[in-house]
Amino acid sequence: MTEPLLRVRDLKTYFVTEHGSGTARAVDGVSFEVYPGETLGLVGESGCGKTVTSLSILRLIPEPPGHIRPGSFIEFEGRNLLTLAPRELRAIRGNRIAMIFQEPMTSLNPVFTVGDQIAEAAVVHQRLSRRAARARAIEMLKLVGIPDPDDRVDHYPHQMSGGMRQRVMIAMALVCHPKLLIADEPTTALDVTIQAQILELLDRLQRDLGMAVMLITHDLGVVAGTADRVVVMYAGEVVEQAATAELFARPLHPYTEGLLASVPRIDTRVSQVRGRLHSIPGQVPAATAWPAGCRFHPRCPYAWDRCRQEAPPPLDAGAGEPGAHTVRCWLLTEPQRRSARA
Amino acid sequence: MTVGTWLALAGALVLALVVGAEARRAAGPVGRRFFRHPTAAPGLVVLAFFVTLALAAPVIAPYPWYLQLDPVHLANQPPSWRFPLGTDPLSRDVWSRLVFGARFSLGIGSLAMLVAVSVGAAVGAVAGYFRRWPDAVLMRLVDVGLAIPRIFVLLVIVALWDRVSLPVLVLLIGLTGWFGTSRLVRAEVLSLREREFVAAARALGARPGRVIFRHVLPNTTAPIIVSAALGIGSVMLLEAGLSYLGIGVPSPKPSWGNMIAEGQDRLASAPWTSLFPGLAISLVVMALNAVGDALRDALDPHKEVA
Repeated sequence: MTEPLLRVRDLKTYFVTEHGSGTARAVDGVSFEVYPGETLGLVGESGCGKTVTSLSILRLIPEPPGHIRPGSFIEFEGRNLLTLAPRELRAIRGNRIAMIFQEPMTSLNPVFTVGDQIAEAAVVHQRLSRRAARARAIEMLKLVGIPDPDDRVDHYPHQMSGGMRQRVMIAMALVCHPKLLIADEPTTALDVTIQAQILELLDRLQRDLGMAVMLITHDLGVVAGTADRVVVMYAGEVVEQAATAELFARPLHPYTEGLLASVPRIDTRVSQVRGRLHSIPGQVPAATAWPAGCRFHPRCPYAWDRCRQEAPPPLDAGAGEPGAHTVRCWLLTEPQRRSARA
Repeated sequence: MTVGTWLALAGALVLALVVGAEARRAAGPVGRRFFRHPTAAPGLVVLAFFVTLALAAPVIAPYPWYLQLDPVHLANQPPSWRFPLGTDPLSRDVWSRLVFGARFSLGIGSLAMLVAVSVGAAVGAVAGYFRRWPDAVLMRLVDVGLAIPRIFVLLVIVALWDRVSLPVLVLLIGLTGWFGTSRLVRAEVLSLREREFVAAARALGARPGRVIFRHVLPNTTAPIIVSAALGIGSVMLLEAGLSYLGIGVPSPKPSWGNMIAEGQDRLASAPWTSLFPGLAISLVVMALNAVGDALRDALDPHKEVA
């Protein structure tokens, strides 16, 4: 296999909460890799630490209250991002690694034209002149499929629709042709048709520019359609990771199983689902007090004594190469419990 | 007063009215909210009138501000056709001095406010954006600045310094007047820094200076403009007070404050020397407050366009 573009090892990002109610361990020992040119899906419910993971990669965690624990390791193109000086880090942000934010409505600065904002990264990193910056902005608008780019370049964000603003965000992120694009729920704020267009656009641009995409989402449908590999996060940990086809065919962690069962399917009869869509009971616990043992055990239908006492390490599910499919679940050691339950 | 100067005065009045009417006609949604305020239009007209006076002073004033016409026969003349606002104890035309005084009073007011707003915005933005120790240090400094009476500080400085030139006076007034603005801007920045576009700017690799001055500060222009409009009035009052005490604009240069001081000895027999500059100050400060209030209502982001 090729060298990974981004290697995250044992990332721990904690937040010290006010009024002394303890430390929120939002990301607690996360490890994964992103390979050049691939799409990695990062999924999980709200509050699992997906966004904090992505912000940690660019070191955009507000400090205080947050901090990345010593011992964490984020390597990008052979350099540890966590030990870089602010100058070197800024040379990577927006240039080698770019990010698209969740909310196209609030991620654009209301007082500047979209052209100014798209060209900004190029101005910062490549010292473009005013005229060259404008030309680049128009070119990017064309690339992301906005009609009348010569006209639109002078518009303000409030003059555009949500879908167009998300395209502008993408244009902003891609202006320096980054090697890695972190897309934090890029389509959650959009309606389904626009969502499909944006995903298609991302897919096309990824192929054209040869960049890797880290797609953060809670929508498994989006993951199934676009990602090559999937990392499932729960309670600040990676609970399962595998190639997309493998994960959908053989989900091994009860949490992944639950997530997949909660997706409404067009090929199931209403009578078969017995009128209700499956949901995982309970909710993600507070990050200040993760449960002891396996963090999923209070919501797990299979949990037994061992799950309550001992936290499972990532176990190899033995599909293909070692490490291709890992699961943090004791069921792997006692598979008969799953069938007993079912 | 010649026909030419009367015409110039009439021209200034007409120009002020036209500015008011034109601004109202061309108003966008924010402008419409501005003019909905009942005192906004009259305030704007008064300001436009005095600004025109200041800019066109040599054309409008019948005499130079320093000219003593005839100290024996023409001192303390009451208002007449020749001297519309009378003459002062040194036989200078009060109207001419009032017109030139507009230059000093309005000029010092706006320049000092510009200094104050620039410093206040920069300090507030740095404190609000970086938080932690810069915030703590700067805001304690502001607390100290707000706790010491301003006029007292200025008196001490002027007493230590023999002669204060006009640029220094402007700087002194500006540098003692930014505390309120900095608090205002800091509060704005505290909420702006959590917005996603700030994180987006940082994710682009922008330096903190670029993030603050290009992305955050332009979003605080509305409160800054309002505080500046309201602040100019108080700076003008301060300048008038200092000049009245003889430590502001040095005589014989006319400022509305030292004109009041010059007429106070004969307040009973020749009140016009003090009365008219006093009226001018009141009018302009009232106009500034009216316009500032209307601006605050018009620029309030929580009010949507009706």
